[in-house]
Amino acid sequence: MALLEVKDLHTNFFTRDGVVKAVDGVSFELNAGETLGLVGESGCGKSVTALSLMRLIPQPPGKITQGQIVFDGTDVLQMDEDEVRGIRGNNIAMIFQDPMTSLNPVLTISRQISEALELHLKMDRSEARKRTTELLDLVGIPSAKKRLDDYPHQFSGGMRQRVMIAMALSCNPKLILADEPTTALDVTIQAQILDLLKNLAQEFRTAFILITHDLGVVAGMTQRIHVMYAGRIVEKADTGELFADPKMPYTWGLLRSIPRLDERRKERLVPIEGLPPDLIAPPPGCKFEPRCQYRRDICREKEPDLVAVPGAKPDHLARCHGTQAGGWLVDTDWRREIGDTRVLEEIKQEVASVPAEAAKTTTADLPPELTQKEGI
Amino acid sequence: MSAAGQAVLSAPAVEPRRSAAGLWSDAFYRLRRDRTSIVALAVLALIVLLALGADALATSFFHESFTHQDLLESYDPPSLAKPSLWLGTDEIGRSQIVRLLYGARVSLAVGAGAGLIDLTVGIAIGLSSGYFRGWWDDLMQFLISTLNSIPALFLLLFISVLFSPGPVTIVAVIGFLTWSGIALYVRGQTFSLREREFVTAARVVGADDLRVMVRHILPNVLPLVIVLAAIDVGQAILIESALSYLGLGIDPPTPSWGNMLQNATQDLTLGPWLVWGPGLAISVTVLCLYLAGDGIRDALDPRLRGTE
Repeated sequence: MALLEVKDLHTNFFTRDGVVKAVDGVSFELNAGETLGLVGESGCGKSVTALSLMRLIPQPPGKITQGQIVFDGTDVLQMDEDEVRGIRGNNIAMIFQDPMTSLNPVLTISRQISEALELHLKMDRSEARKRTTELLDLVGIPSAKKRLDDYPHQFSGGMRQRVMIAMALSCNPKLILADEPTTALDVTIQAQILDLLKNLAQEFRTAFILITHDLGVVAGMTQRIHVMYAGRIVEKADTGELFADPKMPYTWGLLRSIPRLDERRKERLVPIEGLPPDLIAPPPGCKFEPRCQYRRDICREKEPDLVAVPGAKPDHLARCHGTQAGGWLVDTDWRREIGDTRVLEEIKQEVASVPAEAAKTTTADLPPELTQKEGI
Repeated sequence: MSAAGQAVLSAPAVEPRRSAAGLWSDAFYRLRRDRTSIVALAVLALIVLLALGADALATSFFHESFTHQDLLESYDPPSLAKPSLWLGTDEIGRSQIVRLLYGARVSLAVGAGAGLIDLTVGIAIGLSSGYFRGWWDDLMQFLISTLNSIPALFLLLFISVLFSPGPVTIVAVIGFLTWSGIALYVRGQTFSLREREFVTAARVVGADDLRVMVRHILPNVLPLVIVLAAIDVGQAILIESALSYLGLGIDPPTPSWGNMLQNATQDLTLGPWLVWGPGLAISVTVLCLYLAGDGIRDALDPRLRGTE
C-alpha cells in the first residue's frame, strides 16, 4: 500500500479579487522510502500542495475544498486538530526554503530541535539533548555538543539548513517534504545539502517529496518526477524516463531553459515566453495553451486529461492533446525542439547514480536505531 | 602600506567567542558594561532594601515608629542632632525619614503589583488578539480604544469613588488602566511574527497554538515588553502619588510617598523641607526605572547580540 495517496486535491484561496485555485485537482501517490520530485515554476502550486499535506494552509484565506490525503491509511483531511498535530513533525516533517528565517532567532538550536522530541516522543530535557547531539552529528555539524546552546545567528546559511534537516529528522518521520531546500543557498553549499539529503534518504529510507523549480536538483535525487503547472500536474514519469523522453511541451520548455556554463554558442538562454496564467480566471482549455508554441484550436476549447502517452512506459502520463494517441506531437523529435541536449546527457548520468530499488521498503528492515521510536 | 592599513591589520585582537552564551547570561554580560543601567539598578536595589528593612531600621537605628507623634516636636527642621530628625518632622511631630521608609513599601508595592497585572494582562491580550485576530481582536481593539479615549485621571477618580480606596484597589485600578500599552505593542509584534517562517516551522513540528504563542512568539517580544513594564511601574508609582495627592489613594496614617507629598504641600510655608523627601524619592525611583529598563532592553535585543 502506498504511504501517501493524494486524490483530487483542491486548495483555494478566497481573496477580494476572486477565488485563486492554487491547487486544482492534484492526485499522486508515494510509496514508503520513495523520493518524488515536484517541479514547476513559481506560483504553480508546489508549496501549497506541500502545506496542504500537513493541513497548514492559512485559513482564512485558504481552504482545502475537495479531495483526500490518505497518509498511512487515514485521511488527513478528516482528522481533528489533535490528530493532525500528532502527525506533524512525528510522521511528516518539512524542510523550508530559507534557513535564515525558518529558525527562531531567540531560541537556542537545541531547544528548537528538541521541541519535536519532547512533543512526540515525550523525552525529557536531558534525553532530548542527547538525541539532539546525535542528530547534529548526523547532519554533519562539527563539534555538535559544543554548539547545542548556540543561537541561529551563530550559524552560516548552510549550517542552518543542516539544523533544519536535523529538526526534520528528529522523530524519524516516514515522509519529509523538502520545499526548495537549496534555493536560498549558494551553489557549493547546495551540492553539499543535496548530497546530505540523498544520503539520509537512502540511509533512513525516508520518503521524500522534493519541491523545486530546478530540474537539475531533482535529477540526481528522485525516482519519479511530477511536473506541475497552474495548480495541476501536467506530466508524471520516472526520472530517467522524463529526461529520456519528455512528452509535454511545458517540460520541453523547462529543459530548454536550463542554463549552461560551457556556453560556446552565441545563443541566448531560451525562456518560456509569457507568464503563468491568472489562477483566478485560468484559460478554459489547456492551462499552458497561451504560451505553447505547438498549440492548436482544440487546446483552447477543451482541457486535456492526464493520460498515458502512446509509445512510452505505462506510468508515463501527460496532459497534452498533442501527445495523446493520434496527436500532432506524437512523432515530434523533442531533442530537435529543445536544441542542444548536452546538459541532458550530464543530468542523465546523474540520474543513473540514483538506486532505483529504494522504493520498496518496509519498517521491518530498518536499522535498529531507527525503530527506536516504537521502543520508547 | 599606510599607517592606517597597518593598524587595521594588527587590530583584530578578537576576543574568543563566549561559548554557550545563553540569552540571559549574554544579556547580563552586556548589561555589566552599561554604567548608567548599573547605577540605576543599584539605586533601585538600595531603595528596595531600605523598604524591606524599614522595620529593623526604624527600631534599631532611628528609634522611632512611623506612627509616633509628638506635638511638641512638630515642624522641626532637618538637623543632624539625631537620625530621626535628618529630614525633620511633620505637623504632628512624626519623623519624616521613618515615614519615608515605610512609604517606600507602599509605593514600591503598588508599582510592582500594578506592573505585574499590567504585564500579565497586556501580554495575554496582546498575544491572543495578535495571533487569533478575527472577532476577539476586534473586541479587544474596541475595548482598548474606548479605554484610551477616556481621560485617565477622570477614569481613576471615577473608579476610586466607586470602590473604597485601599492598597489592593489602587493596584487593581492602576493595573487595569495601564495594560493597553503593552497589549498594543505585543499585538503589533505578534501580527508580524506570526507570519514568519519559523512560526510555520514550529507548527510543522506539531506545536499547538498556545505553544507557538508562548514558546516561539513571546521570547521575540519580551525584551521590549520588559522596558515597557519598567516604564509602567514608574507610571504606576506616579499615578499612586497623584491619587494620594488628590486624597483618593492610600489613606493616612499609612504613609505613601504620594500622600506624604500631599501632606507636605498643605503646610508648605511651615515646613518646606517636607516636600524634598517624597518628591525626590518619587523622581529618583521613576528615573532609575526608566534608565534600567532602557539598559535591559538594549542588553536583550537579539539584533545587538554578538556585538559588544
